[in-house]
Amino acid sequence: MSALSSRDWGNLALCAIALAIAACLPWTAGAYGLSIGVTIAMYTVLATSWALFSGPTHYISLASAAFFGVGTYVTGIGIQYLPYWTLLPIAGLSGAVMAALVGLATLRLSGVYFVIFTLGLAEFVRQIITWSQNISGTKGIYVLTSIGEMHIYWQLLGLAALVWLLGWLIGRSRLGFALRIIGDDEAVARHSGIDTARAKILLFMVPGAVAAITGAMLAPRYVYIEPSLAFSPMLSFQVVIMALLGGTGRLWGPLVGVVPFTFLWEAISVSFPNQTTLLLGVCFLVIVYLLPKGFVGLIDLAARRMRSAEGYA
Amino acid sequence: MSALLSLRGVTKRFGGLVAVNRMDFDVTEHQVLGLIGPNGSGKSTTLNLISGAFPVTSGAISLRGQPITHLAAQDIARRGVARTFQLVRLLPSMTVLQNVKAGAVFGHRRHWGHEADAVAEAMLEKVGLAGRGHMMVGQLTYIDTKRVELARVLAGEPGVVLLDEWLAGLNPTELEEGIRLIRGLRDEGRTVILVEHVMDAIRSLCDRCVVMAAGTKIAEGTPAEVLSDAAVIRAYLGDDDDA
Repeated sequence: MSALSSRDWGNLALCAIALAIAACLPWTAGAYGLSIGVTIAMYTVLATSWALFSGPTHYISLASAAFFGVGTYVTGIGIQYLPYWTLLPIAGLSGAVMAALVGLATLRLSGVYFVIFTLGLAEFVRQIITWSQNISGTKGIYVLTSIGEMHIYWQLLGLAALVWLLGWLIGRSRLGFALRIIGDDEAVARHSGIDTARAKILLFMVPGAVAAITGAMLAPRYVYIEPSLAFSPMLSFQVVIMALLGGTGRLWGPLVGVVPFTFLWEAISVSFPNQTTLLLGVCFLVIVYLLPKGFVGLIDLAARRMRSAEGYA
Repeated sequence: MSALLSLRGVTKRFGGLVAVNRMDFDVTEHQVLGLIGPNGSGKSTTLNLISGAFPVTSGAISLRGQPITHLAAQDIARRGVARTFQLVRLLPSMTVLQNVKAGAVFGHRRHWGHEADAVAEAMLEKVGLAGRGHMMVGQLTYIDTKRVELARVLAGEPGVVLLDEWLAGLNPTELEEGIRLIRGLRDEGRTVILVEHVMDAIRSLCDRCVVMAAGTKIAEGTPAEVLSDAAVIRAYLGDDDDA
């Protein structure tokens, strides 16, 4: 790995300042503002980690809800026996192991088969938990802790910083380069000497672990968790839409999608509570047709035009 | 001289179709072997079997005496067998340099960082694309895309280079350049298997030729020997009775 350039240091400093400012939100915003802040932080973590794998490989994963749900249940069940802080790594490990198993089973599949399998996975886990609850006679689980919205927000912010750092390191590593090659042409990747299955499984474990940790962090916010909440397929779709809206070509891309989409979603949920799914579908179509490379693509295009305009001047 | 790469009884069936039937041949170090034959004779399938793109139905392939028959494509590439494709395959989202770097980073000899950049630059210079590393591959002419693919293969410093109709589709001037480029590989002492239709190239580049027809080896020898072989002429031109 090559040494850091002065530009890298500058970017790192900028990120640190932005994170420090974001960390002040609980003291400056009201309860509603903080609640939006938690949602933004949560989807930033989910969409950024999703883009680390699905961005370069173009494998669209709809498994976020499966990992997220497992994480919430790790906290929900584990909190009765273990301290909260030990549950986060356990959730991460569970998510990573589950992602590795899913990866082993599916990453040899390509295209639409992978998408459908990941969508079915969340539903499968949800049904297993519902079934086991029916057998044991319980309905949901109460997660009663002293962890407030503010603490969840800071935890998510810390996790976001970790995900960005990890993404940045992967982007500079052989693994990151291998994934970009796989995304461009998997046959070339294999014949160039890349163990494509291993590379894909390794990187698929990252969004798996991160989504599970996010679920574990969010569990105290829900207070009462049940399968339909923890494994909501809507979450998987929203993660994909936000990441694509921002653009997966840059590490900060998903964030650029998450912020406006969260506000848009708030407005839609309040004004059209019965049409949310329909409008989510419309948003998806608009992004795919009008913004295939997301806001990042637009920004890059604008930058290129400015450069060429300067060239003529 | 002992064989660098050996095929023994290599057979590939696709359902009822026998695409390659009990192929036997050896390639020794520093040899340029031409794999020739009419369309559909199984040449490209043979390259695909050697490089691990398809699993072998039966038979054995070995590299430096070690079996590679059932290895995955990436493991064969790492052991030093690198290939180009019949239809050029580049990495469209990357620059020319990054395309070549893919070979330098993940090939037989692995490099990283500035070292990989240096290897990729050197390979670009070798194929005549010095100073073009920053270009996107979509901006290149057809022969230049072929050069990039060749540079990517060479960047991994493979022991055996498989060229699948590398000269196909080139105009006469480009063809001369292409032949010169492959002759350069030969002069460096590289071991090459060349699937080719261009007879001039076969005559001037190959030490030996294996001729295939309908999945079977019908002749083997020097280019002059096989091109005057009656069975080979029949395979290319058909029997008098066919006319």
